[in-house]
Amino acid sequence: MAEIVIKNVRKEFGDFTAVKESSFTIEDGEFFMLLGPSGCGKTTTLRMIAGLELPTSGEIYLDGEEIAQRAPSERDIAFVFQMFALYPHMNVYNNLAYPLKSQGMPRAQIRAKIDEVAGILGITDILKKPVGGLSGGDRQRVALGRAIVREPKAFMMDEPLGALDAEFREHMAEELRALHDRMGATTVYVTHDQLEAMQMGDKIVVMNNAVVEQFGTPQEIYDKPATMFVADFIGSPSMNFLDFSGTIANGDTAVDLNGHPMGMPELREGASGDLAFGVRPEHVHLTDDGTYRGEVLATEYLGTTQIVTLQTPNGEVKARIASDQTAKTGETVGLSFNPGTITLFDKSSGRALKSALNEGVLHG
Amino acid sequence: MSAHAINAPSARQKWVAGSLVILYALVTMIPLAWIMITGFKSPADAISYPPKVVFEPTLEGYVNLFTTRTRQTQEFLENNPPQNWADEIVRQYDMVIVGPSKFGERFLNSVIIGFGSTFLSVFLGTLAAYAFSRFKIPLADDLLFFILSTRMMPPIAVAIPIFLMYRNLGLSDTHLGMILLYTAVNISLAVWLLKGFIDEIPREYEEAALIDGYTRFQAFYKVVLPQAATGIASTAIFCLIFAWNEYAFAVLLTSATAQTAPPFIPTIIGIGGLDWPAIAAAATIFLLPVMIFTILLRKHLLRGITFGAVRK
Repeated sequence: MAEIVIKNVRKEFGDFTAVKESSFTIEDGEFFMLLGPSGCGKTTTLRMIAGLELPTSGEIYLDGEEIAQRAPSERDIAFVFQMFALYPHMNVYNNLAYPLKSQGMPRAQIRAKIDEVAGILGITDILKKPVGGLSGGDRQRVALGRAIVREPKAFMMDEPLGALDAEFREHMAEELRALHDRMGATTVYVTHDQLEAMQMGDKIVVMNNAVVEQFGTPQEIYDKPATMFVADFIGSPSMNFLDFSGTIANGDTAVDLNGHPMGMPELREGASGDLAFGVRPEHVHLTDDGTYRGEVLATEYLGTTQIVTLQTPNGEVKARIASDQTAKTGETVGLSFNPGTITLFDKSSGRALKSALNEGVLHG
Repeated sequence: MSAHAINAPSARQKWVAGSLVILYALVTMIPLAWIMITGFKSPADAISYPPKVVFEPTLEGYVNLFTTRTRQTQEFLENNPPQNWADEIVRQYDMVIVGPSKFGERFLNSVIIGFGSTFLSVFLGTLAAYAFSRFKIPLADDLLFFILSTRMMPPIAVAIPIFLMYRNLGLSDTHLGMILLYTAVNISLAVWLLKGFIDEIPREYEEAALIDGYTRFQAFYKVVLPQAATGIASTAIFCLIFAWNEYAFAVLLTSATAQTAPPFIPTIIGIGGLDWPAIAAAATIFLLPVMIFTILLRKHLLRGITFGAVRK
């Protein structure tokens, strides 16, 4: 098992830059998520770790060894493909045996190894079947089996649940996480689904437009977003941005929103110009007597909670409130925000301003 | 119409479709049947008019095809009784068998040149198609167009330059020369057909093999080749049919050593004219290898001519 260090890795395809200088560290045994919208460079990053693409520049260390320019077969990394890529001309057993055969392992040992892995994954009774007729879940298990059977230093997974039905995906996600916890192997997992990333990951890297926006634990990324992109991409509905402009100074603990002072964590830097006041929908509260008011535009019932969309002087705001609280369309209500959860952003750079909340989380 | 009409044909539709297929098969098979039947007729029956449908079958055509015969005096015939059934057949014309004909040799030449050039075309075509499909090759589109352009005029249009070139290179009337020529003609078809098939094979299979510890070449022949079997088989059939049937270059470039069956067959002369039963027998035997090859690969051919449209 291994630690993976990505250092200033860059990948260009002709004129197109798929990944700009990116650096992050995946610790031994971590379940590490590469998250971002399609085309952000996350899959390219994963393929560079596995050796399916070679970086244009930069270094990749696996267990302290520099491997960036090595062939995939010299890296001891397994890869689970989105479409599984099971060898269609072989049955399940031979698919699982294939990586072991390349190592020249004796037949009896291969059989023992496959029996063990098939037992773990619950696919013992389909070993003799051709892969063509398998259900999505079984294909997924065989693909995982092929990856774990040779006990590699690390696993790369490229949206492995993307090809499954939504209903089954949840189940498979749990199975995958349980498997990881049992084996403790370093796993890098690419997804565009922020819920999947939050649910399964020990740590998340959020990428956008070929750059790493932030990396940290799911809680850090959710509560202390480093950029407006992260704040917007993570969470559903995403973070509210109340636009205002003005000047704020290091040490401030409140901002002026349309004449109303709003509390926030103590700032560690000053800024001026177009700014945004970021607040998660669950930290917006509706009060009858608040002075900062907004008009209810729509309500969306979700069972235990409801999402209320309001028009405020600083833009549209969504609030997540208990579903037994009444909010009628057209009504004007008061709003208040949990001061400890607020993040301020500089709109021109998209960067979060340092404050008592997020210091220590932001990098550079 | 009811919903099932789209997927499941009714009994009546099946009957109509079946009848049409049988009718079409009959029409296309009549010339084949005529050739095969003529091979078993006597020379007189073969040219009788109206054609005889009922006749006494004889192996005379086959005997004449495979042997050379000479006329003998009555005395010789009486002193030397026929040695076997074939000898007996030729005795009716006061002849004896004196040796084998050249047909066996010509047929073997066809096999060597036809299968040799097919193998070479498919082998080179597969490697080239894989490279064009998977790697970044400078000017790939121009190269592919260049390869295709070799088929933009009928090959026979360059017969004279090739004739002169082959004479200078010492390739005239050699097996190697004919194999190279047919390969040159077939290679563009092979590259283009196979590139289509290989493009359809997801790269992930090879990448999985690379990850599983194999080299690029091992991934190619252990994972890509089995996937491309359908395309390779149908390409091979197309290449073989061309090389097997080719007549014009064979007439022009081969004579004594490397002559193939097509230019040889029309030269089979009997007594007092063309020996039609022997020619028909030769045509029948000539048809067999391609028929057998096609039947062996028919599973692939059916999928092959849909150009991989139904894969995955």
